[in-house]
Amino acid sequence: MTESAITFENVSFAYQDSSRNLFEGLNLNVAEGELCLVIGPTGSGKSTLLQLANGLAPHFTGGRLAGRVTVAGRDTKSHPPRLLADIVGTVNQTPGLGFVTSNVDDELSYVMEQLGVSPALMRTRVEEVVDLLGLNDLRERPLHELSDGEKQRVAIGSVLTSHPRILILDEPTSALDPAAAEEVLAAIVRLVHDIGITVLMAEHKLERVIQFADSIVLIEKHGGVTHGPPREILGVSPIAPPVVRLAQLASWSPLPLSVRQARSKAADLRTRLDDVHEPSPSREPEIALKAANVSVKYGSKLALASTSFELRRGEITALMGRNGSGKTSLLWALQGSGPRSSGEVEIFDIETWEDNKRSKRNAGVDPKQLDSVKAAKLVALVPQNPADLLYLETVEAECAAADRGLGENSARTLEFLKTLSGGIDPLMHPRDLSEGQRLALALAIQISGEPAVLLLDEPTRGLDYQAKASLSRTLARLASDGISVLLSSHDVEFVARTASRVLVLSNGELIADGSARQVLTSSAMLAPQVARILAPMNLMSVDEVRNQLVEK
Amino acid sequence: MNYRVHPLAWWGWALGIAIAISRAPGLAETVVLACSLIAVPLLLRTSSPFAKAFNLYLVLAASIVFVRILFYVLVGIKGSGNVILAFPRIPLAEWAGGIQILGPVTDTGLLIAFTSGLNLGCLLLCFGAAISLTDPRRTLRNLPSSLYLVGTSSVIALTLGPQLLESWRRVRRAQSLRGQIQTRRQAIKRTLAPVLQDALERSIAIAASMDSRGYARLRSGTSPVIAAILLSALFAAGLGSYTLLAGAKPAWLAVLLLVTALVLTVFGTAFASRSSKVTRVSPDRWGAKENAILVSGIAVVALSMTAVWNGANASTFALFLASAIVAVTPIPILLLQGEVARAGGPL
Repeated sequence: MTESAITFENVSFAYQDSSRNLFEGLNLNVAEGELCLVIGPTGSGKSTLLQLANGLAPHFTGGRLAGRVTVAGRDTKSHPPRLLADIVGTVNQTPGLGFVTSNVDDELSYVMEQLGVSPALMRTRVEEVVDLLGLNDLRERPLHELSDGEKQRVAIGSVLTSHPRILILDEPTSALDPAAAEEVLAAIVRLVHDIGITVLMAEHKLERVIQFADSIVLIEKHGGVTHGPPREILGVSPIAPPVVRLAQLASWSPLPLSVRQARSKAADLRTRLDDVHEPSPSREPEIALKAANVSVKYGSKLALASTSFELRRGEITALMGRNGSGKTSLLWALQGSGPRSSGEVEIFDIETWEDNKRSKRNAGVDPKQLDSVKAAKLVALVPQNPADLLYLETVEAECAAADRGLGENSARTLEFLKTLSGGIDPLMHPRDLSEGQRLALALAIQISGEPAVLLLDEPTRGLDYQAKASLSRTLARLASDGISVLLSSHDVEFVARTASRVLVLSNGELIADGSARQVLTSSAMLAPQVARILAPMNLMSVDEVRNQLVEK
Repeated sequence: MNYRVHPLAWWGWALGIAIAISRAPGLAETVVLACSLIAVPLLLRTSSPFAKAFNLYLVLAASIVFVRILFYVLVGIKGSGNVILAFPRIPLAEWAGGIQILGPVTDTGLLIAFTSGLNLGCLLLCFGAAISLTDPRRTLRNLPSSLYLVGTSSVIALTLGPQLLESWRRVRRAQSLRGQIQTRRQAIKRTLAPVLQDALERSIAIAASMDSRGYARLRSGTSPVIAAILLSALFAAGLGSYTLLAGAKPAWLAVLLLVTALVLTVFGTAFASRSSKVTRVSPDRWGAKENAILVSGIAVVALSMTAVWNGANASTFALFLASAIVAVTPIPILLLQGEVARAGGPL
């Protein structure tokens, strides 16, 4: 029997003003040196579970805790978070949100200063952590200038200097691009293996982390909690990464958790499958947006270098690339309200397209030339943080404002929202919606003007599997109505399922433009799990495999 | 350019100018001091995000002057002097206490309003100058550990400003996407809700992060003796400042009270600091340039106070001009030192 790092005994927790008990009588043991993954849909209480383990709940959040939570032998009832700081380190989802100082060295030593560590020891420990996480190039740099991946590594470093025995991570990679996420995960895995630190980590993107987990805590929507080895839990879990779903489809046993494990079993499956041949377009594509030599400069910094491409009607295009590669700049420049240093953007709505066909001439409209109301009827952009768009007290009022703003008297936006996401109470405050619901609301508002082009900046941030699937369906429906969709995303699996075309930006330059299948399956970093398992075949999703197997 | 100067030196310097400005007898004296006050931060500010805040403080100071003049024109007591704008006098009802709206605007009245507005604006600028010359987060690191808790809360309050500005821009940009023609007032109202929500979330995140990283962990309770010492220090400081700023006689009384307050404060905080065991990794060092900056601040106070105590005469402006010149001495000192450092010389 190994010693427990974190123990929950008969724990129930209820937030103030809430009659609902989360975790009715929960018993949980996380052993010393274990990497324990917490999974479950949004709103199921993953963050609360993590906060219970570091004492923030109930000391910081308020609420009623029944039962006993002990962390390395200390009862969180008598030990508020600050008295656990020497044994528990916590890192949040948003990079840099919890920074207290202004440069890397200060941030790394903050926790030690609070613990009263002597200056000499502090310096050695800072050096250790800098080496361990590869932070040497970042030292003396102001924290606000770091990239998101770097910030997240500094945040992990800043809790490691106190030599904690337990690390609590709330979706540490959700805001990161695949490469930065790998960096952070590699650092975490190294800590588990080299130092034997115990990790309790919540994560949505299971495909990234499942292979490293020693155990999984599954929290279901109704509050049921199961804890066990990954294979056992994933066998019954409603959420599972593609590798697991593929394995279940092919009845592989024992369940593979990594691409490597799955590949060794996949030889047989590959012989039963065929490559997908993409149909060549049957007719001339209708252009919805044409960007010619668009570049964006901030001061002397070139964010986007002379980029040209076309978006077609009814097509979903994904824009990929590392954080800071110019995706957001491009989207805002296309919409017209962001800066554009040079180049042309032309948008063709349905009527102009019909006109063009008749008159055989090319007449798009540059959204920058239009006032905001007319521009909104031509091109819509859902920004990275959809909450920025919202300002009213209820969902209903937001929708009504959107109708009025576009000169509509009907309750069209609300009707549309209902088809996007059923079960939203129109009288709810937009801030109380889940991430997925809030995105649906922002989407409904933005496309109420029936634009020809819809731009989405990182729409999958913070969405769970279900919400992503629902977004994917919504976008497919909009595309089939003739809207041209361009979305930026780091989420390879989502892009593989949703988009038919992929653009890749790197350092402000467009380095790839092709069908999603061609771009994704030919890239090492961007390939979805199914493609990696079945390589060199070009299948991308479990559904494709299932369809082929059913057909045979 | 980054001049690594002990933050407390700059705060001392800014406090000196603030004292001089608050005692400036006329417009000319305030203006020369204001010039120094603006020149130093513009030339010496660091590359930290707080350095950019100085422009904001300039705008704020200008708007204070404007509002002061507006109030004078609208409801101020007009007094004597040459009438510039002959607005009609609109007396209010009896219950409003004889306040009159508008009325003839005189040159003397306008000058007085402008000067007092400028005085107030400059006091704010002193604060802004100190913030943009020092990173407030580094200032916090230099407070005695007994003041650590207060320091942290106030610094976080200070950092809110630039962050609010940033989220304001972001939300405004997002709202423009909604494609609605908005009046200015609507736009402000619509931006405010998400911005405040943002600020709240950020503060909560910082608080949670600090709590789980052991903030305020090494504290034993405050003893009543320390509380009594610090309270008397506060009382003495308040009384002393009032005596000094009101120019009450005898002058030595103010000095005595302030010195007493200072001694009590140093003693009390040092005593209280023993109960906190927070350590510092690389403390800012106090060296020759810090001495020079602080001395310049003290000299500004000394020169201006001499002028005030001498009463209004021909030398008043000369003394204030001298103090304004003394106030900019940190510029050559730091620039020269920067040159030496770049040439590979000793720091």
